[in-house]
Amino acid sequence: MATATVAATAPLSNGFLLRRGPNEGAKSARGLQWTKNHRQSPSSRRFGAAVITAKFDLKPPPYPLNALEPHMSANTLSFHWGKHHRAYVDNLNKQIVGTELEAKSLEDIVIQTYNNGDLLPPFNNAAQIWNHDFFWESMKPGGGGKPSGELLKLIERDFGSFEKLCEELRAAAATQFGSGWAWLAFNPRPSDGKELLVVKSPNAVNPLVLGYIPLLTIDVWEHAYYLDYQNRRPDYISIFMEKLVSWDAVSAKLEVAKAQAA
Amino acid sequence: MALRAIASRKTLAALGSGLRAQARLATTAAAAAASRGLVTFSLPDLPYDYGALEPAVSAEIMQLHHQKHHQSYVTNYNKALEQLEDAVARDDAPAVVKLQSAIKFNGGGHINHSIFWKNLAPIHEGGGEPPKGSLGWAIDADFGSWEAFVQKMNAEGAALQGSGWVWLGLDKEFKKLVVETTANQDPLVTKGADLVPLIGIDVWEHAYYLQYKNAKPDYLKNIWKVIDWKYASEVYEKECR
Repeated sequence: MATATVAATAPLSNGFLLRRGPNEGAKSARGLQWTKNHRQSPSSRRFGAAVITAKFDLKPPPYPLNALEPHMSANTLSFHWGKHHRAYVDNLNKQIVGTELEAKSLEDIVIQTYNNGDLLPPFNNAAQIWNHDFFWESMKPGGGGKPSGELLKLIERDFGSFEKLCEELRAAAATQFGSGWAWLAFNPRPSDGKELLVVKSPNAVNPLVLGYIPLLTIDVWEHAYYLDYQNRRPDYISIFMEKLVSWDAVSAKLEVAKAQAA
Repeated sequence: MALRAIASRKTLAALGSGLRAQARLATTAAAAAASRGLVTFSLPDLPYDYGALEPAVSAEIMQLHHQKHHQSYVTNYNKALEQLEDAVARDDAPAVVKLQSAIKFNGGGHINHSIFWKNLAPIHEGGGEPPKGSLGWAIDADFGSWEAFVQKMNAEGAALQGSGWVWLGLDKEFKKLVVETTANQDPLVTKGADLVPLIGIDVWEHAYYLQYKNAKPDYLKNIWKVIDWKYASEVYEKECR
């Protein structure tokens, strides 16, 4: 899983794991990671005395499951991360056992199984793991506000204003029909000089398969908001933009993206 | 045939002030469009109370599903059709083409949900009883057994990724029953021009999430307790005459 974009998020994850206290999400996830690495699971193989265990772990969000209340409830996190995201991890691990995909990074599996749009079976699980890891990192407790520095400069250059970016992001999230995601992404080879763009994608598809580098995402599958907002997706999107989005995370990912592109 | 039944001028029964306001808006827009001779669609009433399908499907889900989701498809379908009429009138070919996805989403949503409400009934009105007569025999013939048919529907519904529907359809050319899935709000006919929908099960998350959360297979297992076969049998017998 060690690609440039994922490495950029490592500081956030490490910070989370070092935290102590009433941290339900951390405890259970750390426990899960421990058992996955140290216990023979149904999806492991034996080669003589050595046991090869499941490849991917369920990465916890960089904050406790109740940290985004009241904007995104602990109840939602417990299902969204604890059930949906966990299932993608478990199912991908089962799917790749004994295949050449086992040796690859998550990002490589996503690109390979996207297969230029003719999706192979592991794509849905692999991409959804990637997308959800990214989604938790796109939010933070006390989020919202405005970006600053280099990120704000590029936003103003490519969208005209921060307000215009927000408008485009909200529209993309609101008009992605059915299940999917809305993204702010970095284009390393823009034909029109605009490096930042808003993208929406269906189901598990993400901008990686388009050759872009994701900077921010909002999950608009119904399971992401239905318990808290029911059918009111626009309300969920507004709250995401006003109270949840982590512009710090976006800035960090932009730095990595620019370094990669240089 | 199904569309004619849907395109009636029935107005919504008043079910609350918020809904009344929404209904007024919808019917005002519809009335305005109708005065220009444009066909408009309206939300069909449910032939049972929102709570009548409990415990298989909760009243909370039925109310949101009907009053919010289906209503929204109807409203946006009418809006898209009005915009289409305008685009055609001013010879704006790009605009006509651009409207196709909105028409498919929202028109499909209206078609699919209208069938879905007819596929459901409270247990005391026959919901849950497998079909008798020619459709019952056809299921045995084409799937091996009732159990095999239900298993196939549930497997396809569970495996569907993202949003969509699982269908029992009749291929009217070959007079064979098929199980098919469609993505998003695509009507069954998008999978084959000869396919007639008999039973549709909504597997969008909004159809079950508040009650079943991520346990889609449990929803699929339980909804059969309220699946009603009167409408499906009528359609089948008519096509196979």
